[in-house]
Amino acid sequence: MNIRRILAVWTAKAACGICRHMGRQGVTWAGKLALMIYPPILQEMAGEIRKKIFIVCGTNGKTTTNNLLCAALEAEGETVICNRTGSNMLNGVAAAFVLAADMSGKICADYACIEVDEASTRHIFPRFHPDYMVLTNLFRDQLDRYGEIDITMDILKEVIHIAPHMELIVNGDDALSACLAMECQNPWITYGISEPVASASDDKEMREGRFCRKCGARLVYRFYHYSQLGDYACPQCSFARPSIDYDAREVQVGGQLSFAVGKERIVANYRGFYNVYNILAAYAAGKHAGLTLKNFNRMLKDFHPENGRMEQFRIQNTGIILNLAKNPAGFNQNISAVMSDQTQKDLIIVINDNDQDGTDVSWLWDVDFDRFASEQIHSITVSGIRCQDMRLRLKYADIPSYLEADVENAILARLADGCGNLYVLVNYTALFSTRNILKKLEEIRP
Amino acid sequence: MKQHTQTMQLTIGHLYPDLLNLYGDRGNIACLMKRCQWRGINARTIEFESEDTVDFKKLDIVLLGGGSDREQILVCRKLKKIQADFKTYVEDNGVVLAVCGGYQLLGKYYETREGTIEGLDLVDLYTKQGKDRLIDNIVLQSPLCSMPIVGFENHGGRTFINGSRPFGKVLYGSGNDGESGYEGVIYKNVIGTYLHGPLLPKNPQLCDYLIQKALERKYGSLKLPPLDDSQEREANTYMVQRLLK
Repeated sequence: MNIRRILAVWTAKAACGICRHMGRQGVTWAGKLALMIYPPILQEMAGEIRKKIFIVCGTNGKTTTNNLLCAALEAEGETVICNRTGSNMLNGVAAAFVLAADMSGKICADYACIEVDEASTRHIFPRFHPDYMVLTNLFRDQLDRYGEIDITMDILKEVIHIAPHMELIVNGDDALSACLAMECQNPWITYGISEPVASASDDKEMREGRFCRKCGARLVYRFYHYSQLGDYACPQCSFARPSIDYDAREVQVGGQLSFAVGKERIVANYRGFYNVYNILAAYAAGKHAGLTLKNFNRMLKDFHPENGRMEQFRIQNTGIILNLAKNPAGFNQNISAVMSDQTQKDLIIVINDNDQDGTDVSWLWDVDFDRFASEQIHSITVSGIRCQDMRLRLKYADIPSYLEADVENAILARLADGCGNLYVLVNYTALFSTRNILKKLEEIRP
Repeated sequence: MKQHTQTMQLTIGHLYPDLLNLYGDRGNIACLMKRCQWRGINARTIEFESEDTVDFKKLDIVLLGGGSDREQILVCRKLKKIQADFKTYVEDNGVVLAVCGGYQLLGKYYETREGTIEGLDLVDLYTKQGKDRLIDNIVLQSPLCSMPIVGFENHGGRTFINGSRPFGKVLYGSGNDGESGYEGVIYKNVIGTYLHGPLLPKNPQLCDYLIQKALERKYGSLKLPPLDDSQEREANTYMVQRLLK
């Protein structure tokens, strides 16, 4: 074993340990140090995975899909390397491997499940070629970072091209993802939902990619699920929704989700229609890779996301749900999930504009916040760096709000009101700190 | 004679939101609508999708938003059909707010690496694709408002306004071409700008300027009743202080 590789592993583990001790995440720093000390560490370790490497890309649902896939493989008795925390750029991906190595620097895993930020695929693919890419969807996200959705698609096309043996598992209900798969030469399969599902969509929603990417005509939809996801066809050329290999039927949404796929009935204790897609994507990927997934339902029952995706907390008598919402498509689905809980509730919305959030907050105006003008919503508190923009957004929907820039004070104020049922919706960089605050409060006020 | 805004009507035409809808353009519409409604002005918005015909005679404010380069080429084909009517509207002091891609389309052409997109030729300006995108928060001082204008810019094009009047002087950010120190254009009652964010909610004076001009064109001189803009001002001031510290 190369001494620099061992040194890189030790250093990364130590760096990560120090950060955790200080209440910081530290994963990306650990990955960065490892790559500095031993630059080929990622390609070497990826080459030592015994069976297959999956990567998960797409605007929304990456972390949940990837973690579900990882848990599904583990439920079959496989050992899996996974970037669970959602650190999905080069350093975070490197850290997933390096931190999973033993003290002699060895990797001992059957599979790797790695979510990768779309723009970062350019830095990942030169280091290893995955066996499978799951593509969840392509929505408008953080325009200032990626330029435009077209640029994201070009990047994905470029990396898919350099890995011709990689198989794609794409959301067939998304015309943009399906078109991307059709334009690449790689083998691909689809998952999707071929029947309309009640209460999944909202008519006013902003829809990306309503025009055929092949000929420019307006796509005709038989129905929409949400955003631009649905059953589409071009009236002018041959482009249409592809046939669906893993098709969810009898979809039920409410306090829990359930659907049938193939001969299987899948049940999960989550909210949010979008989670049907996440579960289905993980299922399709595992099945397509040849696993039986006989323990899939048991895995779902035990699956407790601990990463701020519909994560539950209890502080004294208040139940709190923390959820990430970082772009219009995701936020609109979040609103549907919040409103599907018909009891009275208070809301805190935390908006930051750090680099990883996207420094442009104009997307707030593409979210249908008007739906919060309801008896169900007892109060809304806006918080975070751009709380002023969020307050204005609500003002122009005729919804008053409390402003408290400090997240902890915002949470304490609502707890002091005795609200009982609190939802905290946060964008990316607010997630980790808000989660820490909630965990701390849960410990000191059980 | 002083007029009462309660009896007034105002129609906003949103051009091609199906193609040009990047960067929260809906925020500009929401801001115009609410600031009219809060004053009792009977405002409505008509969304013209790319297959619809546009009757400019019925419109008091026209909004042309931003789109990706690919979508802009699609729009450009549609715009040819309405060019003459649009020009008549502009020359007749019709109010126009054109943002990002919409701003570029006001001019003669947009020269990109993939080819040249012909514009509407409503204002004497042209755009060339630059090397990098200019992406950041931006602050301007505009002759139209006493408050500074805050927004966000994200454009690959460099726009040259020849001798036209700029929308504002850049206090923070890049502006039209990253060099001249100016941003946007004012021509008659047309404002072209790269600022989104969206533009109007944090710049209520500018929103009221557009409403005022549109109503004056229709009803003669008038004074808009003031609104409580404390939240708008706070949001504006926060960004100005953060960027110009």
